[in-house]
Amino acid sequence: MPEPVQLLIGARKGAWIYRSDAARQRWDVQGPIFLGHIVSHLVLDPRDGRTLLMAASTGHLGPTIFRSTDDGKTWTEAAQPPAFGKAADPEQGRAVDRTFWLEPGHADEPGVWWAGTSPPGLFVSRDGGATWDGVAGFNDNPKYYDWCPPDTGTPDGALLNQVRIDPRDPSHMYVATSTGGVFESRDQAASWAPLNRNVEANFLPDPYPEYGQDAHYIALSPARPDRIYQQNHCGIYRLDKPSDEWLRIGKAMPPEIGDIGFTIIAHPREPDTAWVFPMDGTEVWPRTSPGGRPAVYRTRDGGRSWERQDVGFPAEQGWFTVKRQAFCADEGAPVSLYLGTTGGELWMSEDEGATWRQIAAHLPEIYSVVATPVP
Amino acid sequence: MTRVSIPSQLISYTGGETRVEAVGATVDEVLRDLDRLYPGLRFRVVDEQDRVRKHMRVFVGQDAARDLRRPLAPGDEVLIFGALSGG
Repeated sequence: MPEPVQLLIGARKGAWIYRSDAARQRWDVQGPIFLGHIVSHLVLDPRDGRTLLMAASTGHLGPTIFRSTDDGKTWTEAAQPPAFGKAADPEQGRAVDRTFWLEPGHADEPGVWWAGTSPPGLFVSRDGGATWDGVAGFNDNPKYYDWCPPDTGTPDGALLNQVRIDPRDPSHMYVATSTGGVFESRDQAASWAPLNRNVEANFLPDPYPEYGQDAHYIALSPARPDRIYQQNHCGIYRLDKPSDEWLRIGKAMPPEIGDIGFTIIAHPREPDTAWVFPMDGTEVWPRTSPGGRPAVYRTRDGGRSWERQDVGFPAEQGWFTVKRQAFCADEGAPVSLYLGTTGGELWMSEDEGATWRQIAAHLPEIYSVVATPVP
Repeated sequence: MTRVSIPSQLISYTGGETRVEAVGATVDEVLRDLDRLYPGLRFRVVDEQDRVRKHMRVFVGQDAARDLRRPLAPGDEVLIFGALSGG
């Protein structure tokens, strides 16, 4: 029996909250919230089930964080949003352009949140998102400018695009960046080491460097946190700790589809199951659904094989893609999947990807989709 | 007191007011006083290195003020604008 679901949507022109009935057929829409703001991520704190944090900026104004504890009806701005330290030479100093990723802290650390920014920076809040401090272990690391060289990264600016925390150990963390790949910390962000062995960077003279990769997205398997899935600029990978060597599981994707994309999600209970949304990474990198035929691909054997799941999507002339945090799963049985597209469409599958239906269209470009229980 | 012109992008901070007043002997001091009056406003205009943000403009009268240390004379008006920033 399905439960009502709430979808938190961050988009290029604001935020929306979609809440379903029990059958997930009818949706109440709240929004636009902060119309005109660029909302990179809108996240509910799973520890209290009521605190919403939103990473927002506008075309003109600097970046900030908004917080709500009344289901998004009212919002309070962070008193001290993420910001780098003052540089000796302000002309050369880093300034946060936008917060890209919000990560609730470990279950045992209520009130702690982590944030990743562009340019790459790691920030922490210990008061539920009201004030934020830079994490010196990353931002002021002696290797920072090697890991995050200025003037590199994505067309929209270099990113620290994910923060992940080992559910068994709050001191064990991972971050993903668009300039240096994946990094691991075992001392709660005080020190970091690259974790990129066997991950390709085909845009560098050494295609398998220690760091320099573009890690689009990483996801820890909730059922086996030692398993990490990665959608990289150069393919789909899997890592099983304690090994530090990634395996390119995207090699098993159909060659005409390839293994390029922005995002990957792990099944909440089955560590061998994951989903990707491939995009065209050939020639000039259109970053659209390959052939104009959108599809999700699922593996149920840890990446040894993949199956196409496209029932319900446009059979042709569908040219959207799905950005990093715009694809998610809930914890239902069966799992429901949700994705938002660059064309402003919201889609869901109630059968683990077998069939898809559109929930909404005509929204702005969607940057993030987070599924939560209805409060 | 220095008169300050507030652009539409920032009136959510000023309760809808487009003309406000603040005290200070420099542009920086006026912006800091504005932030005391309207918390959060300054960081939306000026980054953590005290640079006016790329798509914001600050003028003193007719003159662009990229350097926030610019002194203010009696009667000067500070004007904040949202510049062109794309679609």
